[in-house]
Amino acid sequence: MNDIKMLDAVERYIRGEMEPGERLQFENLRKSNAEVDQLVVEHTLFLQQINQFGQRKSFKSSLNDIHTDLTEQGKIESMKLTGKARIVYLWKRYKRVTAIAASIAGITALSISALVWAFAPRQNSSLIDLNRKVEAVADKQKTQGQEVRILRDQLEIEKNKVKKNIQYKSGGTGFLVDGKGYLITNAHIIRQSKNVAVINNKGEQFDAVVLFTDNAKDIAILKIIDKSYKTIASLPYGISKTVSDVAEPIYTLGYPRNDIVYSEGYLSARTGFNGDTLSCQLGIAANRGNSGGPVFNHNGEVIGILSTKETESEGVAFAIQSKYIFDAFDYLRNQDTAHQSVKIPARSAVRGMDKQQQVKKIQDYVFMVKGD
Amino acid sequence: MKSQTDEKALLEGLAANDKRSAETIYKENFNTIQALIVNNNGSSDDARDIFQESMIVLYEKACSGSFELNCQIKTFLYSVARRLWLKRLQQQNRFTSPGDSMEVVVPVEDDIEAHEQRDAEYEMMENAINHLGEPCKSLIEAYYLQKKSMQEIAANFGYTNADNAKNQKYKCLMRLKKIFFTHYKNGNGDE
Repeated sequence: MNDIKMLDAVERYIRGEMEPGERLQFENLRKSNAEVDQLVVEHTLFLQQINQFGQRKSFKSSLNDIHTDLTEQGKIESMKLTGKARIVYLWKRYKRVTAIAASIAGITALSISALVWAFAPRQNSSLIDLNRKVEAVADKQKTQGQEVRILRDQLEIEKNKVKKNIQYKSGGTGFLVDGKGYLITNAHIIRQSKNVAVINNKGEQFDAVVLFTDNAKDIAILKIIDKSYKTIASLPYGISKTVSDVAEPIYTLGYPRNDIVYSEGYLSARTGFNGDTLSCQLGIAANRGNSGGPVFNHNGEVIGILSTKETESEGVAFAIQSKYIFDAFDYLRNQDTAHQSVKIPARSAVRGMDKQQQVKKIQDYVFMVKGD
Repeated sequence: MKSQTDEKALLEGLAANDKRSAETIYKENFNTIQALIVNNNGSSDDARDIFQESMIVLYEKACSGSFELNCQIKTFLYSVARRLWLKRLQQQNRFTSPGDSMEVVVPVEDDIEAHEQRDAEYEMMENAINHLGEPCKSLIEAYYLQKKSMQEIAANFGYTNADNAKNQKYKCLMRLKKIFFTHYKNGNGDE
C-alpha cells in the first residue's frame, strides 16, 4: 500500500466511512504496526485542528456579516464619544505620546524644513500623469463616439433637466471614504475643471463639487451634491494609516475605460520615485484612467491612491500613501465646520473574504471621475 | 427576560451554525457590551472586536456540547467581554478600574483560558495555511474547509481527473502537516 492510499484509508477510518470488514482488517493492521497507529493518532489531531479552524473561520466571517447587516438595518448603532468624554478619553490615551511628540517635533521641525527646501525633487518629466484624455481616445471612433455622446446628453437632459451641455475632457477614478458622498481622487484629474461629475459602476451619474485640493500631494476631496444620490450607511472597506510591507499582494479597481477594471500586483517599495516618502512603489499594470483609484491590500484596506506611473519601464506605478487622506480631511474639518461629521472608516468588513467576494462588495463604491 | 428553553434553543442553533440564532444573540447583546467598552476607555471598534471575540468563546463552548446553561447568555457574554477587555487594557498599560462592579458577573477564567489555547492553535493553523502558497492553499481549503468532493475539486482546479487532484492534495497536506506540527510542538513545548 503506498502512502497516498494509506492516508486515504486513515481518513476514511477516522470519519467512520469504512465497511465493517475493512474496518476490522484496518484495526488489526493498526495493532500490529506501530507506525500506522502513530499516523492515525497524529492525523486525528490534525483533522480536529483543521475542523476547528474551519468552523471558527466561517463563524468569524458570519459575525462580520451580521454586524454589517444589523448596522445597515439600524438595529445596532456605533456609539460615538461626544464632547467632554471624548476629550478626556483622547487625553488619557495619548498624553504620553503627545508629550514626546511635541518635544521631538519642536526640535526636528526646523531642521527638516531646511532639508526639504534644499533637496525637494523638482517636477520630473519622466513621470506622466495617468490622466485620461477622453478626446484622444475617441479619435478613432469619432463618429460613433459623437453619436453616443449626443444620445447620452439627451438622456441626461431628460433625466436631470441639466441646463448646461458639459463636455468632459479628463477622467480618472475616485472612491468613497464617507457614505455621505465624500470621495477621494487625484488632484491632477480635476485640475482646472469647472464642473466635475462622478459615475458609479451601474452607470448612474452624479454632479460633484471639489472641496479641497493639494497639488503637492496630488490629493483632492470631492463631494457629491446630486439630489439623486442616496447616503450609504457604512462602507465595506477601511482606510489604513500605515504602509504595508514590501511584497504584500495588492489590487486596484479603476476606470481606464467605461467599465470598471480590476488589476492586481504587489507593493514593490515603501517609498516612491527617487525616494519620495509621500508615496510608495507598486508593481501593477495601470493605465490612464486608473489614476485616483484605491489600492487595497489583501484585507480590503485602502493603503494608497494610485497616482502616477513611470514612462520608461512597464508595470511600475506609484501610489500616494493612504495616511495623507486623514491629513486632507483634518484640514477640511478645520476649514469648514460643515464637514465635522465626516468619519473615515478604519476597519474593513471584508477582511478574510476571498478576492472575488471583496471586489463584489467594494466595486459599488468606486466611481469614475470626469472633469471639463 | 428570556425563558430557559428559549436560551437553550438559541445555543443549540448557534452550535448548529444557524445564522438567525447568531443574529438574535448579536442584536440583543451588542449594545450592552458596547456601552461597557466605550464607557471604559474604548472605541466602538474595540467594542466590536471584544464582542465578536466573546461570541466566539460562546460559540466554541456551545459547540463543545459540554455547555450547561447555569446563567443567562447575557450574563455570560458580559462576563467574558469584561474579562477580555480588562486583560487588553492591562496589556496596553491603560488600566483604569472599570467602575464599581455591582453588575452580575460569573467566573469565566477557565473558559477564557481554554479560548486562548484555541486562539493560539487557530493562529498556528492560519499561519501554516498562509505559508503554503497557491495552489496548495486553495486546494486544502476546498477539501477540508468547504468539504468539496475530489471530483468537484478536479473540475474546478482544472485537473484531468480526481486521482491527479488527490495526488496534488496529498503533497500539499504533507507540507501543511509538517509546518503545522513543527509550530504546534514548539508552542506546546514552551509551556
